[in-house]
Amino acid sequence: MAKVTIDGIEVEVPNGASVLQACEAAGVEIPRFCYHERLSVAGNCRMCLVEVEKAPKPVASCAFPVADGMKVFTDTEMVRRARRGVMEFLLINHPLDCPICDQGGECDLQDQAMAYGGDASRYKEEKRVVKDKYMGPLVKTIMTRCIQCTRCIRFATEVAGTAELGATSRGEHMEVGTYVEKALTSELSGNLIDICPVGALTSRPYAFVSRPWELQKADGIDVLDATGTNIRIDTRGGEVLRILPRINEDVNEEWLADRGRFSFDGLKRKRLDRPWVRQGGKLVPATWQQAFEAIAAAFTAPGAKLGALAGDLADVESTLALKELMASLGSNNLDCRTDGAAIDTSRRDFYSFNTSIAGIEEADALLIIGSNPRTEAPVLNARIRKRVVAGGFPVGVVGPQGMDLTYGHDWLGEGGATLRALASGAHRFCEVLRTAKKPMLILGRNALARADGATLLAVAWQIAAFNGMLKPDWHGFNLLHRFGGQHGALDLGFVSGLPMAKMLTGGVDALWVLGADGQDLSAVPASTFVVVQGHHGDAAAARADVILPGAAYTEKDAAWVNTEGRVQLGFQAVHPPGEAREDWKVLRAASAVLGKPLPYDTLEALRARLVSAYPVFAQGDALPRFACTDTTGPAGDISGLRDDALALPAGNYWQQDPISRASETMAECARTYAAPAALAAE
Amino acid sequence: MTEHHEPTSFAFDAESNAAIEQIVARYPAGKQASAVIPLLYIVQKQMKRMTDSGWVPRVGMDAVAARLGMAPIRVYEVATFYFMFNTKPIGRFHLQVCGTTPCWLRGSDAVLKACKDAGGLKGYGDTSADGNFTLSEVECLGGCVNAPILAVDDDYYEDLDYDSTVKLIEALKRGERPAPGSVIGRQTSAPVGGPTTLLDVAGE
Repeated sequence: MAKVTIDGIEVEVPNGASVLQACEAAGVEIPRFCYHERLSVAGNCRMCLVEVEKAPKPVASCAFPVADGMKVFTDTEMVRRARRGVMEFLLINHPLDCPICDQGGECDLQDQAMAYGGDASRYKEEKRVVKDKYMGPLVKTIMTRCIQCTRCIRFATEVAGTAELGATSRGEHMEVGTYVEKALTSELSGNLIDICPVGALTSRPYAFVSRPWELQKADGIDVLDATGTNIRIDTRGGEVLRILPRINEDVNEEWLADRGRFSFDGLKRKRLDRPWVRQGGKLVPATWQQAFEAIAAAFTAPGAKLGALAGDLADVESTLALKELMASLGSNNLDCRTDGAAIDTSRRDFYSFNTSIAGIEEADALLIIGSNPRTEAPVLNARIRKRVVAGGFPVGVVGPQGMDLTYGHDWLGEGGATLRALASGAHRFCEVLRTAKKPMLILGRNALARADGATLLAVAWQIAAFNGMLKPDWHGFNLLHRFGGQHGALDLGFVSGLPMAKMLTGGVDALWVLGADGQDLSAVPASTFVVVQGHHGDAAAARADVILPGAAYTEKDAAWVNTEGRVQLGFQAVHPPGEAREDWKVLRAASAVLGKPLPYDTLEALRARLVSAYPVFAQGDALPRFACTDTTGPAGDISGLRDDALALPAGNYWQQDPISRASETMAECARTYAAPAALAAE
Repeated sequence: MTEHHEPTSFAFDAESNAAIEQIVARYPAGKQASAVIPLLYIVQKQMKRMTDSGWVPRVGMDAVAARLGMAPIRVYEVATFYFMFNTKPIGRFHLQVCGTTPCWLRGSDAVLKACKDAGGLKGYGDTSADGNFTLSEVECLGGCVNAPILAVDDDYYEDLDYDSTVKLIEALKRGERPAPGSVIGRQTSAPVGGPTTLLDVAGE
């Protein structure tokens, strides 16, 4: 540790820390543009100049290591003049277009020019102009505004792992761009917008939409992948205008995947905004009362067999309400594995990401089975990449050959035979895993959605057990879910009675489908009465007998459980459209008409019930980590594993759920990236 | 900036490959990216052999990136940073006029004018209509003693004035390649007329 004095405040910081970090530890603000705590140090903006005792000239604090006994001054005449000078140079070529710039109001350059700049320009000459670059449908560029801090270049190279941005030419002619015109291929490209300190990289869908001070902000949880990214939902007049990440070191650091950031325009399209009831083979608009009465007739018919499905985007509270409603109606036919994944719910660590996302950084070997984390959970993949870049982290992959994970990996094989070899120690990669101290594996949820899925799960567990991943102080078995509602429903034990396949093929007389708007119900026989409760008019609504309009994740206070089993609360940002209501309230109202009123009238009462019945929800977003004292695995016979190749989720990254399928922005991404040849021809 | 035609493919020929082997072997394993500048020169020389125009097309940069296991953008950055790499096609002869202070004081303006007049060039960055010459301004070539200097491709012509530059360019047009060095017969960088010091050996 080194003792440093900043403006008379004494702080202790680790050796090797920079002066800027010491200043932050002392609570002294240092202006900066190029420095970012999650990127390498570039030291090229010169805005962070400070005075160090006995140094002959100002030093760039971001790139200057501390020394014991160092005295730093951040508010002397020398520092003020130096910063004013730097700011004057930065502004020489920066256009004065703040009134039409989307960064206005949240621009580092604007703020710091106010705080540290001069009061007038002395520059009378021509300003330089830079041609705008095309970077795809998400990131808009106005490159004349670029101050060449190179944050975007470093982010693309270091964090996203797609080295496509660079600084070409030099001096006065230096430009930041891709050189070859192309759309960025990263699933994390939206973070470039956040990381750009000026208005050079802005959001294309958000262009000229709003000013930051007009926005209402609500904290939410992204449910479009299972990372559980913490988000801030910015709204104005009851409309979601943009979504930004919040910082959560344990989950998403400060990144957000593009689908979670840009697909919200799908929340305004194809919405279910009123109840519908099927009459004479046709869906007709109805009142809530009519809808509930139609449901009551089917669900309380004597001898009727009932069932319920909870889908990928169902929140914890409404799933619990549905479970208890079904219980009060005397049915235990529940299934939340709407993708058909053979998940064993007998123990929580059979279906959780037990290592935890932050725990990836502690691991020292990784085996990925049947998953492409880059498209299934881009932010989680960035964490894996971070660990790979740190070194000493061999990655083996069982799945399709030639995946670009943004880091190098060892392709071991594509299916069953390789897995059997890994489970029995016959495979060369076992040596790598067994010599590692904290090896881990990631099993893709989609890999379990096949006929021998249960066997596959058992084999994966055996691989973990055999290769030293399950220890009292380390749990290296991880299931990577795909959506925000999947883990929570499993925690509620929403798997009992008849399995989904039976319920969809006439096994029940009345079926309640919650939050599974994308579910294909076309195989359900006409004799089954189907209630679809959800927010989008996707595949499921087409087969519904009654449609109950619910709320999307931005429209309700709800708890979500991410793939790690972390319980996080999202808050309501806007009201659901039209007559749509929060889902637990819909279920509560329906239960009254069905004659079995649920015993809670407020969300607080429902949550109290949740916590008392399922203590796992009492832990909040804290996460107990790393323990596997019982290595007994899920049931399954290894020899029954088929040799088929493991399949990844179908479709493109941008359109995976009802919300992103309804999104114009995501559709444009799909067009852009699915047909790069057509783009090149333009 | 005028549009130019980018080739659609580039592959190292046998001569280039032999040179690359030699260069890459100089760097320790895993540090091959250090060879990016020499390899870009190899691309430029191969283009000169193939098309009589020494430049580095984008596909050539891609070939370097693939050969060295780098992201293509990292090669683009280097190739566009150094003015020694021509990212557009150039003429048969690359006339590089040094305009830095010593050359300028010794009459580089006249050399420049001679290049324009004799070569049929409008100014820096221009390529003559007959495809013979491209004119560039370069920074100090390190031969200030014999200023002013005109570099033609890799050869230095020194102690030029207007007339000698015109003569040089006319010779190039005829397909001759005058011997590089001082055009007034100066011995290396010794004083004009021959050495003036150390003529007497002590004790003789």
